[in-house]
Amino acid sequence: MSTRDLTIPVAAPATPWRQRLGTMVPILVLAPSLAASFIYVFVFTLWTLYLSLSNSSLMPTYGFVGLDNYASLWANRRWNIAYTNLFLFSGFYIVGSMAIGLLLAILIDQRVRGEAVWRTIFLYPLAVSFIVTGTVWSWLYNPVDGIQAFVRGLGWTDFSFALTANRNTAIYAVIITGIWQSSGFAMALFLAGLRSVDPDLIKAAQIDGASVSRTYRKVILPTIAPIFLAVAVIQIQFAIKTFDLVAALTRGGPGVSTTFPAIYVYDLMFQRGQIGEGAAAAMMMLAALAVVLVPYSLWIVWRRRTEGRNG
Amino acid sequence: MADIALNARHDPEAAAATRRYFWNRFLIYAVLTLFAVIYLAPLLVVVFNSLREQSDIARNGLISLPRSFRLDAWAEAWGTYCVSGTCEGMKRNFFNSLWMTIPATLISTLLGAMNGYVLSKWRFKGSEILFNLMLLGVFMPGQISLMPWAFLLGKLGLTNSTYGLVLIHVVQGISFTTLFCRNFYVSIPDDLIKAARIDGAGFWRIFRKIILPLSPPILIVTVIWQFTGIWNEYLFGVVFTSGQQQPITAALVALTAGGTTARAYDVMSAAVLIGALPPLLIYLFGGKYFVRGLTQGAIK
Repeated sequence: MSTRDLTIPVAAPATPWRQRLGTMVPILVLAPSLAASFIYVFVFTLWTLYLSLSNSSLMPTYGFVGLDNYASLWANRRWNIAYTNLFLFSGFYIVGSMAIGLLLAILIDQRVRGEAVWRTIFLYPLAVSFIVTGTVWSWLYNPVDGIQAFVRGLGWTDFSFALTANRNTAIYAVIITGIWQSSGFAMALFLAGLRSVDPDLIKAAQIDGASVSRTYRKVILPTIAPIFLAVAVIQIQFAIKTFDLVAALTRGGPGVSTTFPAIYVYDLMFQRGQIGEGAAAAMMMLAALAVVLVPYSLWIVWRRRTEGRNG
Repeated sequence: MADIALNARHDPEAAAATRRYFWNRFLIYAVLTLFAVIYLAPLLVVVFNSLREQSDIARNGLISLPRSFRLDAWAEAWGTYCVSGTCEGMKRNFFNSLWMTIPATLISTLLGAMNGYVLSKWRFKGSEILFNLMLLGVFMPGQISLMPWAFLLGKLGLTNSTYGLVLIHVVQGISFTTLFCRNFYVSIPDDLIKAARIDGAGFWRIFRKIILPLSPPILIVTVIWQFTGIWNEYLFGVVFTSGQQQPITAALVALTAGGTTARAYDVMSAAVLIGALPPLLIYLFGGKYFVRGLTQGAIK
């Protein structure tokens, strides 16, 4: 009894305290980042959600108006233009840059000389900002100084190329520039995929007498199918968030013809003082992202589990 | 001589195959060259125009070879060009971008490395869930956070300041940097850590002596990713700063918004190149790591 009474008070304060501190360190290190991320992801989202349900106009106010902002958002012709543009852009942009990216990746995969040089050329647009790309292309599209003037100067005097000057065609200028910017990205991912295909598989196909194009169609491309999906998902994300490119290229115009959801949010919040409706549009952007990303993430998790189970 | 003639006559199939091979190779290089031209043309146009005289551009359009070689436009774009009343060129905005990008990159990378270390080597109950929650930050559209940031920056007295942008980019970047580092550290064998712990090494000692020395590859990838991303960012720059405080992306849009009046394409070209140069240089010298970051960021 007496020995136990003696030892416990001596040992107890020392070891558990240090141990407890020891186990606390990792959590303490993580805590600030966790708190920041938590605020950023959850508090900010709920905040904006609440603003979208409020009567905020020039300043955030917190009078609850239910779904009024959403109703007026969907009744707005400009919002209609914004999401129509988004669908149009997403479709052409994804298909276009994947097609060009795949073509370039397959060509580079044919043991070409100077592979690094080709890759560097095709991928550099991704290093510069959409602001730079958009600005430069807006000059090239300018009918007075750009491509149209150049081709006319070559002698083809009735050549017409004035996409950004026309409401109906300006969106295609955004699409072309978007594809120009990011087909190199698709190429890089496809090339990484092509290189990861088991060479024995390709050899086996060749021994069976399959031609190059047949080998690609029947053996190589099916094995990199997940990469197609990954590229598509990433590019839909880009498309939904598209802001800088349009801001620099067309500034949403002519008129409001190249409005995108992100442009709409910015305009309502900071130019027109309709914070409530702007927040509603921002929530719609988040919803669009969730519609794409939640099923994709679940699919990834499911695939990993089944792969893990099959060894 | 006779041999060759004989061979050629006797093996038309081989000759056809060779011909086909050469056609194939020719076609491959032709298509690659065509695309290379399309990709490089805009860059060349801007570089040329930054060296041409404005009168030449006005007369012959944007797409033309330079007839002169002068750096006046660069000097003007850097130091003296006037945008809305102030004649200081781009240099202020360039340094704004620099003083925003460097601290934000370093802080977010450091935090990401420590977070990744905890989440891979010091897992605790619920740490995987916390990691997944942090990942959500990767997908958040910036528009969701605009109003809350406006409020917070106002409360902190950081509106229209580079520090405010640093704060935003650090918070926004943590999820990326944590993801990159965590996925890299997972591949470091746990036995290494266990052995060190048995030897009495603690949390920080293991981080300094084992983790950090193995980290350069992932730290370079992360730094390049963050630097180019933050340098090129526009939305927060244009929303939360104005005039003299703007980063270069926002300043470029203001500079080129001149409408349809006579545009100083020579100076604007130089300004665009000044804004594009830092990430381009990083890309040219760290291309391998840049691509690695892309593929890692994409295929998780």
